[in-house]
Amino acid sequence: MPKLFHSHATEIVLLAVILLISMVLSLVTDRFFSLGNAFDLLNTSSVNIIFAVGLLVVLISGGIDISFAVAASVVQYIAALLLGQIGGGGWLSGLIIAGGLGICLGAINAFLIHRFRIISIVATIATFNIYFGLLMFFTRGVSIYDLPDWLTQRVVLFEREAADGSWAELTLPVLIMVACVMATWTLVTRTTIGRQLYAFGDNPEGARRFGINVGAMHFIAFGWLGLMAGIGGLVQAHYAQEVVPNALYGRELDVLAAVVLGGARLGGGKGTVFGCVLGVLLVSITQNGLNLMNVSPFAFKMVIGAIILLAITVSSVRLEKLLPFMRAPGERT
Amino acid sequence: MSSLMKRAGKLIGTEIIGPGLAFIAVMLFFGLAAPRFLSNATFGSVAFQLPELGLLTLAMLLPILTGGLNLAITFTANIAGLTVAWVLQNHGGADASLLVFAAGCALAVAAGALSGTVMGLVIAYTRAHPILVSLSMMIFLRGLGEFLTRGGDISGFPSFISPIGHGSIFGLPIPLLIFIACVLLWHVLLMRLKLGFNIYMIGSNIEAARYSGVNTRKVLVLVYTLSGAMCAVAGIIMMARFNSVRVGHGESYLLITVLACFLGGVNPFGGFGRVIPVFVALVVLQLLSSGLNLMGANQHLATAVWGILLLGVMIMRWLVSWLTLSNTYRG
Repeated sequence: MPKLFHSHATEIVLLAVILLISMVLSLVTDRFFSLGNAFDLLNTSSVNIIFAVGLLVVLISGGIDISFAVAASVVQYIAALLLGQIGGGGWLSGLIIAGGLGICLGAINAFLIHRFRIISIVATIATFNIYFGLLMFFTRGVSIYDLPDWLTQRVVLFEREAADGSWAELTLPVLIMVACVMATWTLVTRTTIGRQLYAFGDNPEGARRFGINVGAMHFIAFGWLGLMAGIGGLVQAHYAQEVVPNALYGRELDVLAAVVLGGARLGGGKGTVFGCVLGVLLVSITQNGLNLMNVSPFAFKMVIGAIILLAITVSSVRLEKLLPFMRAPGERT
Repeated sequence: MSSLMKRAGKLIGTEIIGPGLAFIAVMLFFGLAAPRFLSNATFGSVAFQLPELGLLTLAMLLPILTGGLNLAITFTANIAGLTVAWVLQNHGGADASLLVFAAGCALAVAAGALSGTVMGLVIAYTRAHPILVSLSMMIFLRGLGEFLTRGGDISGFPSFISPIGHGSIFGLPIPLLIFIACVLLWHVLLMRLKLGFNIYMIGSNIEAARYSGVNTRKVLVLVYTLSGAMCAVAGIIMMARFNSVRVGHGESYLLITVLACFLGGVNPFGGFGRVIPVFVALVVLQLLSSGLNLMGANQHLATAVWGILLLGVMIMRWLVSWLTLSNTYRG
């Protein structure tokens, strides 16, 4: 047990905090502890979780990406135009188009980083400005409301009527989110590529000398994030039932905060899918709880910022220092 | 003559080459493509637009030099603007006296410095990553500002504030003069003071700096405090220019300031970079956007071109290092 505690300290602390907050919220509000609210939480945080697991892969490989949310907007817009041109289509073709476009945009980042040795934050800040500038220039900020029917149609996977007559619904975004999470989990923990990503993120030069293909690592990490950004973009369009070119602007920093809160390290080699999902959920549960407690929406972000700041401060003070008996034998602090 | 050149080179450093070349390229391109480009109007608009972005970039520069980032700069500036507005409104609104305004400015700088100090303390004492700390501070300040203003904007300031944003002395815009004063201040700080030297040391290798007896925690706290104070100056200028305060003003500048620092040759890992090349990079960015404006494009295209310019400079830098490397192998 101490071993599990030691290797998954961040996840366990996060889980404990989430449980604590949930317990308090269940006691304070009568609406929080219900199936309907739990489903709402999952429905609304799906897009962020999809982005988050994609970003996690890049963070594990030692990079950072600022451009993915804007890339998702670009994918959304192009996919909406393409699907309009083709006429019809369906979820499968939609996901393939969006995912493919996303991978292309991610590959541009990987190419710049790998070929020209540009540091990932510099390269992605440049592509962030290029993608967003060009998107706003060509679209003139005009939104698309005329989406195909299958995209705007709500797909309910599971529903149940609560005692008070309201319906608890689980919708398609959740299914896609679960698929993305499982796929990412398999990639990083169950494949050789995943283990290589961790090795590369922890020590790029060591990984290179070990015979790991450095270029492939860049393309896989940024390609995977591109894929997730594309899928997330399409799901967001489905959820919002419209495509607004600047709707996702600024989302990248919120997702980044949540992922790092979940234990991923800026600098690479560390982070788990579970922790990353918990990080996103902590932020959305807090937001949801504040909403149910009738806190002014203007105060939301203030409280969330304070909580993240507090969480970082607490989690960066090494847990083993607070709990000396948890320390593995022979380890220096 | 050559010793003069050497001294000038030492003063500005080799980082000037990238932005310098970009400056020449932009001047040549727009000078030939848009005949109205080389006129007083262009330089007037650049001179008035430069300070807002420039002051925020100065605020971003110090944390980057220590190997960090301060993502809270734009909202710190907004909060500082709100502080001035709050002081003015509580002491007569549009009829407030100059003394009240001065007190408000002092309080605004203090507020900006305070937010910086908090970040600096968290970063220095917990070793949490600056991106994350400043990010959560940004989310907090944005929330605080929106909570206080309810998303609206505050206006109705005394008439003597307007010249700070729009006035000129001897033909030079006042905001530009304030900006240049701040540039010189930062230059002296980094080149002449012990603090500046320690900032470079920490950016190169924080552990080595600590073992050499540098109080790294104190320096980090000071860096973020100064950064916050500089944001406040930017916030006051922004308030005078728009004649109103709204949370979210200048939000899009955030990543542009990082771009400007990198364009000015600052090392993303910290430790290397100077103020003057960053200043030149800022001028290049503004000239680009003014030039594109003259040719009928809008700000969004300019943003995209800024990104392309950054990539171009980075690729050039890679080419140069690649060529020198292959030359050394051959020779």
